Amino acid sequence: MFNKFDVLETIDMIEKEHLDIRTVTMGVSLLPCIRATAKETAAAVYDRVMKSAKDLVKTANDLSREYGIPIVNKRVSVTPVSLVTAAFPAESVLVGRALDRAAGELGIDFLGGYSALVHKGTADYEEVFLRTIPEVLSTTQRLCSSVNVGSSKSGINMDAVRMMGEIVLDTAARTADRDGLGCAKLVVFCNAVEDNPFMAGAFHGVGEADTVINVGVSGPGVVQHALKFIPDADLTDAAELIKRTAFKITRAGQLIAKEAAKRLGARFGIVDLSLAPTPARGDSVAHILEELGLEVVGCHGTTAALAMLNDAVKKGGVMASSRVGGLSGAFIPVSEDIGMIESATAGKITLEKLEAMTCVCSVGLDMIAIPGDTPASTISAIIADEAAIGMVNNKTTAVRVIPAPGKKVGDEVSFGGLLGRAPVMPVHGGDAGKFIRRGGLIPAPIHSFKN
Amino acid sequence: MRAVVTVTGSDRRGIIAKVSGFLFEHDVNIEDISQTILGDQFAMIMMVDTSESKEDFAALSAALEEMGKKIGMTVRLQHADIFDAMHNV
Repeated sequence: MFNKFDVLETIDMIEKEHLDIRTVTMGVSLLPCIRATAKETAAAVYDRVMKSAKDLVKTANDLSREYGIPIVNKRVSVTPVSLVTAAFPAESVLVGRALDRAAGELGIDFLGGYSALVHKGTADYEEVFLRTIPEVLSTTQRLCSSVNVGSSKSGINMDAVRMMGEIVLDTAARTADRDGLGCAKLVVFCNAVEDNPFMAGAFHGVGEADTVINVGVSGPGVVQHALKFIPDADLTDAAELIKRTAFKITRAGQLIAKEAAKRLGARFGIVDLSLAPTPARGDSVAHILEELGLEVVGCHGTTAALAMLNDAVKKGGVMASSRVGGLSGAFIPVSEDIGMIESATAGKITLEKLEAMTCVCSVGLDMIAIPGDTPASTISAIIADEAAIGMVNNKTTAVRVIPAPGKKVGDEVSFGGLLGRAPVMPVHGGDAGKFIRRGGLIPAPIHSFKN
Repeated sequence: MRAVVTVTGSDRRGIIAKVSGFLFEHDVNIEDISQTILGDQFAMIMMVDTSESKEDFAALSAALEEMGKKIGMTVRLQHADIFDAMHNV
């Protein structure tokens, strides 16, 4: 039984500290939709998504009202489309547009899964598919794309890495009128997970059931607020408090996930134990790190503080949920976190520091604007570095950079809403072109060989 | 269904009367009431049972919130499970 202080604490978390369920994401398998032609497949895909997710928005809104906790996003993830269109890859765009149309009609904000898994090699049909990504992202609204180019088991597919540098640049060019917005919907992964509820990297893995509900929680503001009460505590006590707070946040997510799955006739998949910031003040992961005693996120000490935060969130969350998964941990997207935006604008955090931070947290170089004239080979090299961190450390890493067309260091890009705004950050000017052009596969590390 | 009504805002006369009147009209049984004053902020928490109510829970919650606005208070009706989940192991 709870007491009145528990009730008031929950109310305060929701009303004043931005506690919310960040996303209820329904994973839908598209494998039963494969037909003889692209047109028939697109029609089947559209029908299946519409049928599976028809009550998603209403159910989430009902749950939000009944439990009194905001559910910010309702989303759908699907089987990697490259598998569904393998027989007619050049026409994959038709399926992409059908998915985008379904997303619009369902009233969800994003649909993820225009994806390919090429971590050990790129098949001919996948190469054709990858080349369709810039076109599809520039002609759709809600569709998100991701490509897995490496894994701890298989190594890094450097031919795919080289190609993705070009594809990111092409996507930016085709959405130049919107500051390269297409790139905000394109993630390049190493060790991509099959049950991620967060965009833009969500897809529904082939090992998953027909329809699954995965939930992503949030609550950086709640953690920051809790830490304000122990300004002089040592880091052991701070970690303990973060654990307890993460437990409460995750329990709310678990409750919503199970109830949503029951009402939607889907399986309960996982709860993603995440601290996901938004550009709103009081909803920042960077500010948690500053609350721990850093003058500004990006200074020396940031990596250690983030490592502690990330671990404590996981430990608290694991106990709170029967099944955890997804990316799980603290997110550090630059454009989506007010503390990050301010630090980056003041030149206090660099790409190199962000890279170091990705060694100890959930994802990777996320929502970072770089100069529009950055060469494709440099973007590929950034991807290769991140993939190497993920491969060697057995964790997911990702790159979502936006080479902002026509913009240079000091300019700003603005996407609005949850995607936020970001200053254009400098990249290293040295040329990695020859390294990237070598291609081939970087072999998997010895410690991955466990069979 | 076990649920929790919370009422927060500046203290004034008639708050309990208004809220309990609304609950009575909608066949919601009040099982427990507690209240605290934090500074000039009034906070009331009611444990209620909505199983006799003919209205849909979401609609009831929305109507109660609307009624709260009329008396200048923030009034919420929430499923009790959210508090159980967050505060009990």
